[in-house]
Amino acid sequence: MSVDGDEIKNVHGPDHPNSVGWTKAQKITLYEDEANPLVLEAGGKLTAIETEYETYGRLNDSASNAILICHALTGDAHAAGWDLEPSGSLREYRKKKPGWWDSMVGPGKAIDTNRFYVICANVLGSCYGTTGPSSLNHETGRPWGLSFPVVTVGDWAQTQMELLTRLGVHKLRSVIGGSMGGQIALEMGLAYPQRVGSMIILSAGHRVTTQGLAFNAVGRHAIINDPNFNSGDYYGGPQPIAGLAAARMMAQITYLSEESMGYKFGRRLRGKDSLDFTLTGIEFEMESYLSHQAESFVRRYDANSYLYITRAMDYYEAAEKWGQGDLTKTAALIQAKTMVVSFSSDWLFPPDLCRELVSAMCRAGCPVSYVNIPSRYGHDAFLVETEAVRRLITIFLRD
Amino acid sequence: MVKDIIKLPEGTITRQELTDLAKSQLLDKLRPEYQPAQPPARRWQDKVILGEIAPGSTVLDLGCGRGELLGKLIVDMGVKGQAVEVDPEAAMAAMELGVPVLNLDINEVLGDFPDLSFDCVILESTLQTLKEPLRVLSEILRVGRRAIVSFPNFGHWRVRLDLAIRGRMPVTPGLPYGWHDTPNIHLFTLADFMDWRAANEVKVAPGFALVDGQVEPLAEDSNISAEEVLVFLEKERPIGVGK
Repeated sequence: MSVDGDEIKNVHGPDHPNSVGWTKAQKITLYEDEANPLVLEAGGKLTAIETEYETYGRLNDSASNAILICHALTGDAHAAGWDLEPSGSLREYRKKKPGWWDSMVGPGKAIDTNRFYVICANVLGSCYGTTGPSSLNHETGRPWGLSFPVVTVGDWAQTQMELLTRLGVHKLRSVIGGSMGGQIALEMGLAYPQRVGSMIILSAGHRVTTQGLAFNAVGRHAIINDPNFNSGDYYGGPQPIAGLAAARMMAQITYLSEESMGYKFGRRLRGKDSLDFTLTGIEFEMESYLSHQAESFVRRYDANSYLYITRAMDYYEAAEKWGQGDLTKTAALIQAKTMVVSFSSDWLFPPDLCRELVSAMCRAGCPVSYVNIPSRYGHDAFLVETEAVRRLITIFLRD
Repeated sequence: MVKDIIKLPEGTITRQELTDLAKSQLLDKLRPEYQPAQPPARRWQDKVILGEIAPGSTVLDLGCGRGELLGKLIVDMGVKGQAVEVDPEAAMAAMELGVPVLNLDINEVLGDFPDLSFDCVILESTLQTLKEPLRVLSEILRVGRRAIVSFPNFGHWRVRLDLAIRGRMPVTPGLPYGWHDTPNIHLFTLADFMDWRAANEVKVAPGFALVDGQVEPLAEDSNISAEEVLVFLEKERPIGVGK
């Protein structure tokens, strides 16, 4: 989640032997045939869906070494390595840092590109090269804005499976995702049990909590009520930056934990020894951190995409979709070898929620691995606790 | 006051004989060197269990340790296995062997498994470490058609000597811990266990004892000769249930 943050440690440059090196986004148009559109879960159809993806490593002759990585809410297809030519204003940040999961993906890393053919695709509705509300609607010649249809986690699983088919991958060795990416991974395992060999679900569950729904509602409220929002039709004019910034600041809090904030910032003042007693200026390090995060985020994300994607997360309820509300029935559909990982201080996808899926798998007679990693880093732990995650993934992907 | 003659089930001993025994160096020689926190080797139980489990059956291993047994059952015998191990390092070692592991406390997970959902539930050298051993025993007999339980026998003669004559907490190969760092919080003898078995309509079929490093079938004198015990348990069920 915190691709803006400074959490990525031990960064490998493009020439480092453990880096996938320079990367170039690839594009493919899915559902080109008007007669075979993508039928959306929430209603409506889409054709000619532009999809941006990256791949690392090589598909072996038996096409049995493919791993799909699913990105989180504000992530993109650029999972590893260094973007050779970051194009457009949203991708400026790529000049300073490698892909969002560079710590896990590369030659000799946990998701070893010497062994595996790794694919990561940007989700439908996003703003990183896959068709979304900021894309041109070819019928009108203008950006879709809020006329873009509502998309769901199920739609993402379907489009990503379509991409895999086009890439010659019939069965995935593994699908791996954290947070929203974990929801997509789970949906892949439920919707395509024959095509998913194994799955790793990090900091995610079969739904978001009620508290999660509340967090997302606040974020959207801030965006929708920004004076520049203009019913989502703001392209070419002033952007709803204040609303998007507020959404990000709030979300950023949900990615941390009380303990990690206290540890990192405490009540330290920002660049001064005494309070200024100001209502509008910044006093504390904590405030400064949030506004810095928000500033870099609004430069790299589209407000409409934020609405669509948080909504998709809200709507996802695997038990409703697959088991008439019965999670055990739902879990019984899973055939993939599964590992679920939670982090003790995560309050966005708390361990108890992750455990619900694990318990359901136990009730359904599906063997499953589950680890709750003690961590102070909250939801961000799935990106920050690299050592523990690296070990678990390495172990799980061993033959 | 200690009486001059002490009656033991296995015979009598005079107070003088007891004092002489306590003073003799012989007992110290029998006592193994104390080594902190070295869990006992469990290979003998694994061997017996490997021979008793049908290929392709479903097995729940509670407290699987580093997963050697279940790993073998899964790989060599096509068993559908699930393990539970609370220690994270051991759990990861087990995952490395391809064992699906829930890194949780046994007490947290048993409720997740439906009645008779496994052919076999294994509880190796763990019963004596549990807070609520009887609850777990009845749970594993609910979840499994068969339960395999092994435990150190506190009735073993060496244990009795250590406590009765040396007046010290016993340290034996099966109970290698000091009084202060032992995970064994509910120690019991084979006879204690058999009392529970009889009162709860559980049958033992079969049972094994580790006697001087040799595996033997359970016998009359096992409560004093067996250092460790391994029993296969089945709940006496009305005919037609659990089949």
